[in-house]
Amino acid sequence: MKSFTYERAASVEAAAKAAASVQGARFIAGGTNLIDLMKLQIETPTHLVDVNHLGLDRIERTTEGGLRIGALVRNTDLAADKTVRRDYAVLSRALVAGASGQLRNKATTGGNLLQRTRCPYFYDTRMPCNKRKPGTGCGAMEGMSRSLAILGVSDACIAQHPSDMAVAMRLLDAQVDTMDADGVARSIPIADFYLLPGDTPNRETVLKQGELITSVTLPKPVGGTHVYRKVRDRASYAFALVSVGAIFGEDGTARFAFGGIGARPWRTQAADAAAPHGARAVTDAVLADARTTPHNDFKKPLVERILASLYRQQEERA
Amino acid sequence: MKFDTPAKANPIDKGRVVGIPHDRIDGAAKVTGTAPYAYERHDAAPNAAYGWIVGSAIAKGRIAAMDLRAAEAAPGVLGIVTHANAGKLTKGNMNTAHLLGGPQIEHFEQAVALVVADTLENARAAAALVHIDYTPESGKFDLAAEAIRGVVPPDSFGTPADTSAGDFDGAFSRAAVKLEQRYTTPDHSHAMMEPHASIAAWNGDKLTLWTSNQMIAWTVGDVARTLGIPKANVRLISPYIGGGFGAKLFLRADALLAALGARQVGRPVKVALARPQIPNNTTHRPATIQRIRIGADRDGVIDAIAHEVWSGDLPGGSAETAAAQTRLLYRGANRMTAHRLTTLNLPEGNAMRAPGEAVGLLALEVAMDELAEMCGVDPVELRIRNDVQFDPEAGPQRPFSSRKLVECLRAGADRFGWNRRIPKPGQVRDGRWLVGMGMASAFRNNLAGKSGARIGIDAQGRVVVETDMTDIGTGSYTIIAQTAAEMLGVPLEQVTVRLGDSRFPVSAGSGGQWGANSSTAGVYAAAMALRAKLAEAAGYPVDAAGFEDGLIRNGNESRKLAALAGDTGLWAEDSMEYGDLDKRYAQATFGAHFCEVGVDTDTAEVRIRRMGGAFAAGRILNPKSARSQVIGAMTMGAGAALMEALDVDTRFGFFVNHDMAEYLVPVHADIPQQDVLFIDELDDKSSPMKAKGVGELGICGAGAAVANAIYNAAGLRVRDYPITIDKLLRAQMA
Repeated sequence: MKSFTYERAASVEAAAKAAASVQGARFIAGGTNLIDLMKLQIETPTHLVDVNHLGLDRIERTTEGGLRIGALVRNTDLAADKTVRRDYAVLSRALVAGASGQLRNKATTGGNLLQRTRCPYFYDTRMPCNKRKPGTGCGAMEGMSRSLAILGVSDACIAQHPSDMAVAMRLLDAQVDTMDADGVARSIPIADFYLLPGDTPNRETVLKQGELITSVTLPKPVGGTHVYRKVRDRASYAFALVSVGAIFGEDGTARFAFGGIGARPWRTQAADAAAPHGARAVTDAVLADARTTPHNDFKKPLVERILASLYRQQEERA
Repeated sequence: MKFDTPAKANPIDKGRVVGIPHDRIDGAAKVTGTAPYAYERHDAAPNAAYGWIVGSAIAKGRIAAMDLRAAEAAPGVLGIVTHANAGKLTKGNMNTAHLLGGPQIEHFEQAVALVVADTLENARAAAALVHIDYTPESGKFDLAAEAIRGVVPPDSFGTPADTSAGDFDGAFSRAAVKLEQRYTTPDHSHAMMEPHASIAAWNGDKLTLWTSNQMIAWTVGDVARTLGIPKANVRLISPYIGGGFGAKLFLRADALLAALGARQVGRPVKVALARPQIPNNTTHRPATIQRIRIGADRDGVIDAIAHEVWSGDLPGGSAETAAAQTRLLYRGANRMTAHRLTTLNLPEGNAMRAPGEAVGLLALEVAMDELAEMCGVDPVELRIRNDVQFDPEAGPQRPFSSRKLVECLRAGADRFGWNRRIPKPGQVRDGRWLVGMGMASAFRNNLAGKSGARIGIDAQGRVVVETDMTDIGTGSYTIIAQTAAEMLGVPLEQVTVRLGDSRFPVSAGSGGQWGANSSTAGVYAAAMALRAKLAEAAGYPVDAAGFEDGLIRNGNESRKLAALAGDTGLWAEDSMEYGDLDKRYAQATFGAHFCEVGVDTDTAEVRIRRMGGAFAAGRILNPKSARSQVIGAMTMGAGAALMEALDVDTRFGFFVNHDMAEYLVPVHADIPQQDVLFIDELDDKSSPMKAKGVGELGICGAGAAVANAIYNAAGLRVRDYPITIDKLLRAQMA
C-alpha cells in the first residue's frame, strides 16, 4: 500500500472539491473493495476523501412516488428496508445474494455501483491488464476466462461487472444522483452511467474526477413479481456466473437485467420486448451479440436455463 | 519403549478419560483470543520489524538485474535480503525448490527478496519498488501435454512407485465385465485459515523462530541445514497453529526469510505470507491424470484391477501417490499400480491432507460406482463382495491388523437410509431438483512413527507433559492430556500440556494422520517410565501398582502421588518406537461415505442435502475432536468434488486464482447435516493406544460419494474434477 493523505470531508461540496483538486484522489465509503485493491497496489490513490460522515444515509420517498436512497445507505440496511422489500423486492433480493453479512454491513449503495471487476488478471499486478494498466494487453482473453463477460466486451477487455445490486438498479431504471466540484448536481440514468470497455477499459463510468454520488433514485414502483436468480459455484459468498433480475407483469410482459455476463450490468430493450415470447426468445435477444471464449461459452446455455426456470416459476405462480 | 508385539490389556483400556468426548482443553483460550499465534508474539519478540516478501513475476528463468535503490530509499526501510547478500544457503532436505530464489528462478512467486521496514505498510510499499529485470525461459506447465514424458518416480515413504501381482493384462482381457476410465483431479491449495507466519530473533549465533509449523524437528533440521548452523542453535516455538493440512510440514519462506532479515537488520523480524502469495509461493496438492481398469465377473467380483497415475512436479520433486489405496482396498488376484512423474515448472507439489488417497479415491470410487452399474449390483454390495481381509498384493500371509470396512458399509448404509435409493438415475424429483444418493468407501493408510515425551508430577499432584508434538486444530492438547490423566490416574483438569517447542522431546509431529496415535503412544511410554519411578518411590512393585484418584495403590495400601513427587517433583522421559508389526500386518483405516444431493433441473447447480459416514479407525481417543476432524475432512471432500481447483495459466506458468475470492472452498451454506458414526474397534497392532489415525480418513472417498450422488440424481457423469456447472451443462448437452 502506498502512503496517502486522508481527510474527512465536512460537506458534499467540500468532498467533491477536495477530490477534484488533488491528483489521484479517491472517495472512500465502506472501503470493502477499495482497501483490498490498495493493499494489492491495484489502486494507488494519493489522497482519500472520507465521505462516511456526510449523512447521505436516508431512504426517503420522492415527490414522484419513487425512492431516494442515500449513497451511504449500507447494503444491509437497504436490503432490510420495508419499502424496498415491498415495492422493489428485486433490489432486496439482489443485495442479499451478494457478498457476506459482514461485507454488506459496511458496503454502501454508492460504493457498490463502483465496485471493480473480479477478473484474476486485473488482480495480479504482474499480469497484463488493459483495465489496470492501459496498453499492457489482456491476460484473460487467451487465459482463464471462465468467470468473465460475454457481452459488451472488446478486444481490449472481457472483464465482467461483479455487482448484484447494480443489476437490480439497472432493472429498476435507477438514476444516479451526483454533485461535482463546482457544486453542480446531475442525475444520470443508470443505462448511461457505465461505459463499455472499448479501447479504454480503464474508464468505467461517466463520473468526472471529484464527482460524488450522493444518492440513487428509483422511479415509482412498477409492481409485478420480482425475482433475482443468481447462479454461482457455491451456495453463498461467490460472484455470479450468471444472475438474472426479472420483473414479471400481470399481462405477460417482463423486463430482465443480467449480471455476470456483461462488461456492465446488462439490460436490452430487445430482450424486454421479447418477453411475451418466452425464455428462448429473450435469450436470443439478449445474447445476439455475445462473444464467448472456450471457457465461458457455457454462460449462454446457462442464461437460457435460468430464464426457462424463471418462466416456469412464473407460470406456476399464475 | 519399543512396540514390537501386539498390545495386551493396559492402563488405557480403563477408558476412564481416554475415549471420552471431552471439550478441548485449549478451546477457551482459542475462542477468547488468548492463545497466541506466531505472528502475534510481540511479548516474546518486542520491537520486531516487518518483512514483506517479493515474489518472482516469472515462472522460469533468471534474474538479469535487481535494482534496489528506490526500495532502499523508501520510508522506514531497514534492509533488503536477496540472493546476493543472504550468504550461502543450502536447500532444506524437505524442500524441492529453494525458498529464496535468484539468480535462477524455479517457479512463479518464488521469493526473490525480503524488504524489511519499521511498519508493515512501509515494507509492502517498498517491496513494490524493487525493480527486477528477468530473462524468462520457456517452461512446462501443462500436465496433460507433459504426462507422456513421465518417468518412474523414487519410492515414497518406503513404498515403490509401481507394484503388481498375478497377471493383470491376461485377467483383464478375459474378464466378463471390463471397466476402463480416465479421471482427472486439479491442483489444490491447502487454504488453511492462518497463513504461513513467523517471527525470528537472533541472540548472538542462536536463532529463535516463533512460527506455524506441523513438524518441529524436521524444520529445525532444515533451518540449520539451510543456514549452515548447528541444530543446537535453532529453537522453534509453534504451540498454536491455525490449520495446516500439510502446508506447514516444512520450513517455508516466511520462517527462513524472517531469520535472514533479522540477521541483516539486527532486530527481530516478522513475516507473514499475504493470502494472494500463498498458492504460488508455497506447496500445493498436485493435479493428477488417472486411468483405472477393472475386470470383474458378472456379479462384480473383481479379478483384475489396475490404477495408473500421472502427476508433475519441479525437478527433484515427488509424485502424487494416488494409486496407493488401490493396492489394498479390494480383492483381485491380478493387479497393478503405477505412478509416473513428469517435470512441470509450476510451484512445488507436495502433501495435502491425505496425499494419495484423497484424490485416488475420487477416481477409484467413481470407477466402482460405474462398475456397480455395469454389473447391476448395488454399490454397497459391490464393495462388500470385493472385501479382502489381507493385503491383496502380498497374499494371506499379510493380514490387516484390523479391517472393518464391511461393518462400516453396512452400518453407514443403514443409518443413511441407503435402501431408499433408486439405482436408475434421474428418478427422484423434488420441485426443481433431481435428487440422488451416492456412496464411496473410505480408506487411508495408517502410519505410526517414533514419538517422545516427558512427563512430570509436582508436589501439588499437577502433571505436566512436554513434547514437540503440534496441535494444528486437531485436538492434540486434549488427547495428550487425556492419555496422561488415564495413565497416572489423575483428573484431566490436573494435567498441563506444553507442545510445539523444539526444547521438548521429539515427537512424530502432525501429518499423514499419524499424529494422534503416535504422539499419545509417546506419552504412554513416558508415563510408564514415570509410573515406574513413582512405584519405586512408594516401594511398590510397579507391575502390581494401580494408579487412580491421585494415588498409587498396592493391595490395600496407597500413597498420594503428590507426596511421592516431593518438592523437586518427579520427571520421566521416553519415546515409543516401533518394530515390524506394520510389515507383518497391513494397517489402515476404513469407512463408508454416503451423500444425498439435489441437482437443479435447469441450471445444474448442485446442493448437498445430507452427508453421512461410518468409520473404523481403532480406538477413538476423543469422539468429539475425532468427529470434528471427520466432518471437516468431509467438507474438504465436498470442496474437492464441487469447487476446489487451482487454475493453471499455461502461458505464464502460475495459478491464476490465487486468493480466496477465486479459489473456492465450501462455505456454511454448502454443507448440510453431517452424520458421523464410529465403529467400535481396538487395533492391538497399531500401538499400545490401540488407536489409528482419523484426521484424514474423512476426506478419503467423501468427494466420490458426492460425484456418485450427482450421477444418481441426474444421470450426469463428470470425470474431471471439480464437478462444476459448466461441466455438467456440457455433459448434459453432449
